[in-house]
Amino acid sequence: MSNQVTVFVPRETSAVSLGAHDVAEKLAAVENVNVVRNGSWGASWLEPLVEVVVGDDRIAYGPVEVGDLDSLLEAGFLTGGKHPLCLGPISEIPYLKNQERWTFWRCGLIDPISIADFQAHKGFAGLQKAFEKGPEYVLDQIKTSGLRGRGGAGFPTGIKWQTVADTEGEQKYITCNADEGDSGTFSDRLLMEGDPLNLIEGMIIAGFAVGASKGYIYLRSEYPLTRRVLTKALLAARDSGWLGQDIQGSGFDFDIDIHIGGGSYVCGEETAMLESLEGKAGVIRYKPPLPAIEGLFGKPTVVNNVVTLGSVPLIMALGAEKYAEFGVGRSKGTLAFQLAGNIKRGGMVEKAFGLTLRELIEDFGGGTATGRPVRAVQVGGPLGAYLTAEQLDTPLDYEAFAEMGGMIGHGGIVVFDDTVDMAAQARFAMEFCAIESCGKCTPCRIGSVRGVEVIDRIVSNEDREENITLLNDLCDTMIDGSLCAMGGMTPFPVRSALESFPEDFNK
Amino acid sequence: MAIKYDKIIASEIISQFGGRPEMLVQVLHALVERYGYISDEAIRQVATELNISRAEVHGVVSFYHDFRTSPPAKHILKICQAEACQAMGSRQLTAHAESKLGVQMHGSTDNVTLEPVYCLGNCACSPAVIIDDKVYGRVDANKLDKLIDECGV
Repeated sequence: MSNQVTVFVPRETSAVSLGAHDVAEKLAAVENVNVVRNGSWGASWLEPLVEVVVGDDRIAYGPVEVGDLDSLLEAGFLTGGKHPLCLGPISEIPYLKNQERWTFWRCGLIDPISIADFQAHKGFAGLQKAFEKGPEYVLDQIKTSGLRGRGGAGFPTGIKWQTVADTEGEQKYITCNADEGDSGTFSDRLLMEGDPLNLIEGMIIAGFAVGASKGYIYLRSEYPLTRRVLTKALLAARDSGWLGQDIQGSGFDFDIDIHIGGGSYVCGEETAMLESLEGKAGVIRYKPPLPAIEGLFGKPTVVNNVVTLGSVPLIMALGAEKYAEFGVGRSKGTLAFQLAGNIKRGGMVEKAFGLTLRELIEDFGGGTATGRPVRAVQVGGPLGAYLTAEQLDTPLDYEAFAEMGGMIGHGGIVVFDDTVDMAAQARFAMEFCAIESCGKCTPCRIGSVRGVEVIDRIVSNEDREENITLLNDLCDTMIDGSLCAMGGMTPFPVRSALESFPEDFNK
Repeated sequence: MAIKYDKIIASEIISQFGGRPEMLVQVLHALVERYGYISDEAIRQVATELNISRAEVHGVVSFYHDFRTSPPAKHILKICQAEACQAMGSRQLTAHAESKLGVQMHGSTDNVTLEPVYCLGNCACSPAVIIDDKVYGRVDANKLDKLIDECGV
């Protein structure tokens, strides 16, 4: 066995979308090669990123296409040989080395569906501590950590959990919102494909803290590979007694089901998600009542994003104070930023709050993929404002962004070069809202359709001034009158485009 | 993909979900996976077996993009239309696909149904497309031509 070489090839959507399955298949056929399908480290620009275990190091090569394998084998890459694609030890790649990994620290490192590998890397340590210290302790730790909802809204997680814990109810639920629909975001997916057991552990801890015995992962249908990995991880957890009745002799019962969404963006809104989980159309609910009081099937329900739940196990294992050391002001801890769109080194960067967009886009991202100047950046998904190249020095924390009318949201950053037509982007924001609106409230349902028409009239120079006034008026109505963020925030990209790039509306 | 609707098999599929109305979205997914779309016949049967009205089933079917109500071609090609892919030329890629296939978005040739999708989570490797359930990244016109050719002409 000593001459067996272990090679890691990610089973992760981006890597696979660029040919990782073919690479893995061909390598598996090489004598004495043991292929392990890990998750991705998040350096998407290097995918498929293949690692070879040499002594204590993992030597990285990337991006590796199946056509490169002959020359790699010839260069002796199975013993860490030199090759133009060689990136050196994975731990020395600056893109990864300069991050502050907390939630994603096991991503890429381990075999995602191996309970043994997970446990060899602190897996279930947080849950065991929770079992030892009791639900009150967990709630206190999560509050002390300052963890806020990573899905976009940034609501304090500890307070949400406390509300569910304090609400009387025979049956309570933990629901994980894995309907990651914002363009430019893929951190939920990376975590579920790279370290699904971490999410499962986070959900069990949440269930234990609030007294819930049932969890649901609401996963979007656009993530078929994620579904396969997650399903395997759930089976592995169940088979080894980490899910089901009397988990590891603790007396606590908890199990998790996956529900697949129907390709609807608005189902990422928490109450629409609950409707969809109940088998209905994803039409949003009025709030109050809050889901924490009356959620799934009318029962007290925790609704948390994947990354939020995935941050919990290490907070429990290492202590809340440790987590709270990261970040600035009221934005504690780390966020998984995602560099997307027209970017040279796209991928996921987990850093403490407080760095600037410029550091992310220039230092990590290396500027645009096309090599042209950055013109616009959309932060926080399709409902986020478009920022100009001059606004990139704003520190990334929830409050600083709110102050300038933007939002960090789920941490997605989409970069556009100077060829972008911002009037087309504004039009798309309204069009997307028209396509995806659940239809419950008028400002969103009708406003978005009218918005597309008004922008078309402005661009074609029809009563320009009147129509600009009308568009601003319409934006106010949508912001003030919509029931949820879909209609309420669609004006943000529209207005920021109009205000910061007026020349694009007047060609 | 064109499998003829079979009431007995459909009934087995529906009953896998325990006949519970809250599983409706999952039931519909399972039927689409097998038959490619939700027929009127399927709507009637689902309504009967889950003991809910046809209107309720229809409401759910028509709400979600995933539940098409007419049979698709052999393969379904979806091109991401969201911002990250737009920043890397998905609009041009879409126009290229439409002209190569000779159909507009939502149209079908014998082999390919062309549809939009809003984000595949492959935003760092844009533009992205998905064919059936396989995602492809950094897709340019050449690569797309090859993928379409592999679907058969």
